[in-house]
Amino acid sequence: MGSVGSPVIARRGAVSGPDPGKQSGAAAGTGLLRRAAPRHDSLIGPLLVVPPLLLLAGVFYYPLGLIAQQSLTGDSGPVTLDAYATVLGGPLFQNALWHTIEIAVSATAGCLALAFTLAVILAFIPFPGARLAARLIDTVIALPTFLVALAFTFIYGSAGLLNAGLMDVLGTTQPPLDFLYSPWGVILAEITVYTPFILRPLLAAMSLIEPAQIEVASSLGAGTMRIVRKIILPAALPALLAGGSLCLLLTVNEFGVVFFIGAKGVITLPLLVYDKAIQEFDYTTACVIAVVNVALSLALFTLYRVLLRGLAGSRAGMV
Amino acid sequence: MPSETAVALNAAAAMDEVATGPASGIGFEGVTVAYRGAVALDALTLDIAPGEIMAIIGPSGCGKTTALRAVAGFVRPTMGRIRIGDRDVTDLPPHARDIGMVVQSYALFPHMRVAANVAFGLEARGLAAGLIRERVAACLHMVGMDHYASRLPRELSGGQQQRVAIARALAIRPRVLLLDEPLSALDAQIRQSMLDELARLHRELPHLTVLYVTHDQSEALTLADRIAIMRAGQLVAQGPSSRLYHEPPNRFAAEFLGRANLLPVEVAGIEGSVARLRVGEMIVSARVPQALDTARPRLLCIRPHALALHAEAHENHLCGVVREVSWHGERHSLALEVPGGVLRLSALPMRTPPAPGTMLAVHFYTDDATLIAEDDGG
Repeated sequence: MGSVGSPVIARRGAVSGPDPGKQSGAAAGTGLLRRAAPRHDSLIGPLLVVPPLLLLAGVFYYPLGLIAQQSLTGDSGPVTLDAYATVLGGPLFQNALWHTIEIAVSATAGCLALAFTLAVILAFIPFPGARLAARLIDTVIALPTFLVALAFTFIYGSAGLLNAGLMDVLGTTQPPLDFLYSPWGVILAEITVYTPFILRPLLAAMSLIEPAQIEVASSLGAGTMRIVRKIILPAALPALLAGGSLCLLLTVNEFGVVFFIGAKGVITLPLLVYDKAIQEFDYTTACVIAVVNVALSLALFTLYRVLLRGLAGSRAGMV
Repeated sequence: MPSETAVALNAAAAMDEVATGPASGIGFEGVTVAYRGAVALDALTLDIAPGEIMAIIGPSGCGKTTALRAVAGFVRPTMGRIRIGDRDVTDLPPHARDIGMVVQSYALFPHMRVAANVAFGLEARGLAAGLIRERVAACLHMVGMDHYASRLPRELSGGQQQRVAIARALAIRPRVLLLDEPLSALDAQIRQSMLDELARLHRELPHLTVLYVTHDQSEALTLADRIAIMRAGQLVAQGPSSRLYHEPPNRFAAEFLGRANLLPVEVAGIEGSVARLRVGEMIVSARVPQALDTARPRLLCIRPHALALHAEAHENHLCGVVREVSWHGERHSLALEVPGGVLRLSALPMRTPPAPGTMLAVHFYTDDATLIAEDDGG
C-alpha cells in the first residue's frame, strides 16, 4: 500500500504539507527524501517547458506574428488599420464571411441532428451490426476531408452515379439533382465529414444513461419521443454542446471540402485567403482575412473550452 | 397562492385518489421467456390476487426478474399470456400497461428535481397542471419527502431516493406496482426502515397489487402475503408466507426460505396428519402435509428456533453431541451432531452454554416439525 500511497503524500507535502522538521523517525526520513524531490522538480520543471515553447514559438507563433504584422504594415509601410478598413468594408470579404458562417452554422446544425439521431439508434435500438456501423462511421474521422468531397462528385456530381442513373430512368438530358455545386453541396459534404466528431462524444454520454431510467420512464407512460426529449436529450446536452462547438470550429476553417467541391460563387474565408495569397499574390489582404479567421476560430475555441469545462463539471456533479 | 391548509386539504384529497385506485390482479398463464434459445422463464403459471403482495424469491438467475420484466413489458414471452386485471397485456407496450415500477438503482432522472421526477408520469398522461401539483404533493407526503421537492436526486441519500422512486411509481395510480429488488442497494438499517415504510404504504393502499422480486427471504417474509419460490426458471413452491415457511413442500423451499434442519428419516407409520419417524434409533413425530410426494425420499424439517434444550426427558426429542457453540449477542447458536446429520439450534443467550463434546437432548413440538420430500437432485 505504501508504494501506492506515498507518492500522493509526497505530492501533497510539496504543496501544503506540514513542516518536514516536525516529522520524526523512519517515516520522517522517507518523507524528507520524498519532499526533496519536488524542490528539485521546482527548478527543473519550468526548464522542461522551455524547449517545446521555443519550438512552438518558432514554427507557429512567429509565422502567426508575421501574418499579423503584414496585415498591419503591408509590405513595408507604417502600422495602420487602412488595410483592415478596406478589406472588411469590401463586398468580397463580407460575402465570404457570410458564406463561412452560413455553411458552418448549417453544417453544424445538420451534424447535430444527424449525430443525435444516429447515436440514439446505435445506443438504444439493438440491432445486429450496431457496433460495426458505429466503427464504420468512426472511420470517416480518419479520412482526408477532400476525399469525401471527391467521392461526392462521383456520386452526386452532374455526371455522377446518381444523376447518370436518374437520367437513364427519367430519359432526361439534364442532371435532375443539381445541388452539389451550391452551398448545399458543401454543407452536405461537411455534414458527412464532421458528424462522427459529434457522434463519438454523444455515444459516450448516452452510454452513461442508465437503461433502467428509460424503462421506468416507459413504465410511467412515456412514449419514445417523450423519452428522447425528456430523458435522453438532457443527458446528452453537454456532449451536444461540446461536440457542436468543435464542429463549428472545424467547419469555419474548412478548406479542402469547399475547394474540391468548387461550388460556383461559394467563397469562404479560408478559400479567400488562398485566392488572395496564391492566385493574386495580395499578401496584405490575405493576412487581414487570415487574422479575422484566426480571431473567429479563437472565439469558437474559447466557447468549446467553456462548454467542455461545463460538461466535466456537470458529470462530476452526477457522482 | 393557496394557503397551507388548502394545500394540505388538497394533498389529502389527492392521497384519497391514490388510495382508491383501481385494483387489478396479475396472471401468468404458462409464460415462457427465452433469450437466444436459453430458457429464462419456463411455463410460469401464477395468479396474484388484487390487493395482494406477492414476493417472488430465488437465487440469481432463477428467472424472478424476468417474470417481473415480462409483466412490465420489457421482455416478450415466447409462449403464454400475461394478464393485468381483466386485460391481456401480453402484446401491449410498457407505457400502455398502467404499471408503476421501482428498481434497485432507483433510476431517478438525474437532471430533474424531486417534484419533476414524481410529476413525470402524470405529465406523460397529459393531466392538468393543478391536478399534477396536488398529486405530486400527496405522493411526496405519503413517503415523507414533501420537504425535498426542490432537491436534485444527487442531493438525497439512497433511502430518500428510493422513497422518491416509490412516490413516482404511485403517482400515476398504477393498476399494479412492480418492485424489483428495491431495497438491495440500501444498508441494513435503512433497509429495515424502508421495509416498515413499504408495509405501512400497503396498509394505506390496501387495493394496490404488488409484485415484489427479491433474493432476500426476510424481506419476502416480512412484507408478502404470498411467496413464490423459483429455481432455474421454474416455480418450485408457492403459497401463503406463513404456510410456506412452516410447511415447505421440498428441500429447496425449506432451505431458501429461512434456515432449516433437514434430516433423512424413515417413516415408521402415519396416523392422520402425524407421522412417526425413525432417526437412527430414535422415534419422533412430525406433521405430514397433505400434498406430500410419497414417491420421493423423506426429510424431517425443523427450523433452528423450534428446537429447545431440555433437561428432562421429552417424547419428541433427539440426542446428539455438541460440535459448535457460537454467541451472536441476542442468541446462541449450537451445532449438534445427531444420527443422519447436524442439527443447528438457535436459543436465547445462555449464562453457561454447553461445551463442545457434551451430549445433549433437544426437543421440539410435533406441530413445528414437517415431513417433506427430497428434491429431484437431492
